[in-house]
Amino acid sequence: MGKSESKIIVVTSGKGGVGKTTTSAAVGAELANRGYKTVVVDFDIGLRNLDLIMGCERRVIFDFVNVIQNDANLSQALIKDKRVENLYVLPASQTRDKDALTKEGVERVLADLQKEFDFIVCDSPAGIEKGALMALYFADEAIVVSNPEISSVRDSDRIIGVLNSRSRRSEQGKEIKKHLLITRYAQARVNRGEMLSVEDVQEILAIPLLGIIPESPNVLNASNRGIPVTLDTPSDAKRAYQQAVARLLGEASSDDKSWISKIFAGIQLFNRSPV
Amino acid sequence: MSLSTPTQSQHTASQPNSSSVFQLKGGLYTLTSLQLLSNDLSALAEQLDIKLQQAPKFFHNAPVVIDLIKIGSADNNINFKQLKEILSSRHLIPVGIKGGNSEQHNSALAQGFALLSETSKEKEVQKTHTNTSASSSTASSSSQSSQNSSYPNSLEEDPDEAIQGSNTRIITEPVRSGQQIYVRGGDLLVLAPVSHGAELLADGHIHIYGPLRGRALAGVTGDIHARIFCQSLEAELISIAGQYKISEDFEKDAWQRAVDIHLLEGRLQIREL
Repeated sequence: MGKSESKIIVVTSGKGGVGKTTTSAAVGAELANRGYKTVVVDFDIGLRNLDLIMGCERRVIFDFVNVIQNDANLSQALIKDKRVENLYVLPASQTRDKDALTKEGVERVLADLQKEFDFIVCDSPAGIEKGALMALYFADEAIVVSNPEISSVRDSDRIIGVLNSRSRRSEQGKEIKKHLLITRYAQARVNRGEMLSVEDVQEILAIPLLGIIPESPNVLNASNRGIPVTLDTPSDAKRAYQQAVARLLGEASSDDKSWISKIFAGIQLFNRSPV
Repeated sequence: MSLSTPTQSQHTASQPNSSSVFQLKGGLYTLTSLQLLSNDLSALAEQLDIKLQQAPKFFHNAPVVIDLIKIGSADNNINFKQLKEILSSRHLIPVGIKGGNSEQHNSALAQGFALLSETSKEKEVQKTHTNTSASSSTASSSSQSSQNSSYPNSLEEDPDEAIQGSNTRIITEPVRSGQQIYVRGGDLLVLAPVSHGAELLADGHIHIYGPLRGRALAGVTGDIHARIFCQSLEAELISIAGQYKISEDFEKDAWQRAVDIHLLEGRLQIREL
């Protein structure tokens, strides 16, 4: 792939447990599969999960904080994925905490990563404090992950406000391109009025829809085996993530309404989730 | 929960046994301000006399604020003793000054004038006046030569007049949860939805061309005539001049309707539009 400008994409949500790490792994792996040199960076210092989801927890020697503090260089900390060419992981420290992250340190590491990689996917921790702020500060684009339920949507709204006001781009008068990814979507529950519909979520968050990932047992199975969803056996969730990445790369047209119905058609077809 | 606005705090003197002789209260008063455009006090005396002849009763014993914003640059010295005499001999009661530089403040205080605060807009205006003289004084070594540049460029095209238009803030992007917007001395116009957990505050009116799901507080410095308008009332809290209602107070009546909220005889009214 031709080396054009490197992009930093933050995967954030505000709320915990909605699927940020699952999404970071899935999107990172799919981008690498398509030929882009991609690194997924874990910003959840002290509560690291990315290495588990990516299946490389037994190969972690040095981590993000080691590189910031110059105890190791980037090439020593980066873990190359064994399944996909072009895919790398920069794990977080488990023994330290968010205070070990400094703006200068993060800036330096990201700048070094930008020299080598087409895409830098930043897996943000939950919340709106230092770890989350560091993850989003340098971002060019953001994937806002939200479950179709009120507390998740409320927190996503808050994090969008933070993206608009506490990022480097906002300080420079520029915008971070934001994408909405709805995860754990269950049509039956929406029909029963237990979950918010896509329209409800969009009305509140008012950012372009990137994709809808259905609730799927495959997600749990994949993370248990340390395989990103998009590298696993075909499933409804895998298809949805692949479509989302296609849209992220600008391949699908965002104006044609039919893509949403295609997703819903796909969901009906594979809807095996026990609701 | 009590929502006391900044100027409405009440304190009582702490004399535990005897009955209190005084109470300190906040109050809001409208005063005429006399904006000085020059420090030439003799010319001021002459021109004042002409002006006062036009409406003598109106200005008789009027309390005035002396506005120094336009002459706040370093070389505009004012003899506040003389100013006080000029004003009182014409039955104007100077209450205090606003704007101006620290030298002027010190002289004014020495003569018994109070220092009143300016709005942030007025501070901006003052800055442009002090900056024009400051930049010319760095160009020339002596401060005398900067005297003329402290005046506005010409009396006809005073650029500050444009600034003193309406103090309305217009917001076109959704107001997100956790965001707080305060419009001092003016109205707020929002052309997008206001999320749960967002807070809008204004000294004047608040208009929301969209759903209001957060909190809106109008007339926060005590304007009982301030109103809140929105296209869909889904608010957590609404308040005008400190009188508030929370969503359970109006859930049944005007929920998700387009409304005009105002005070009538001190009570919040929600009228469907």
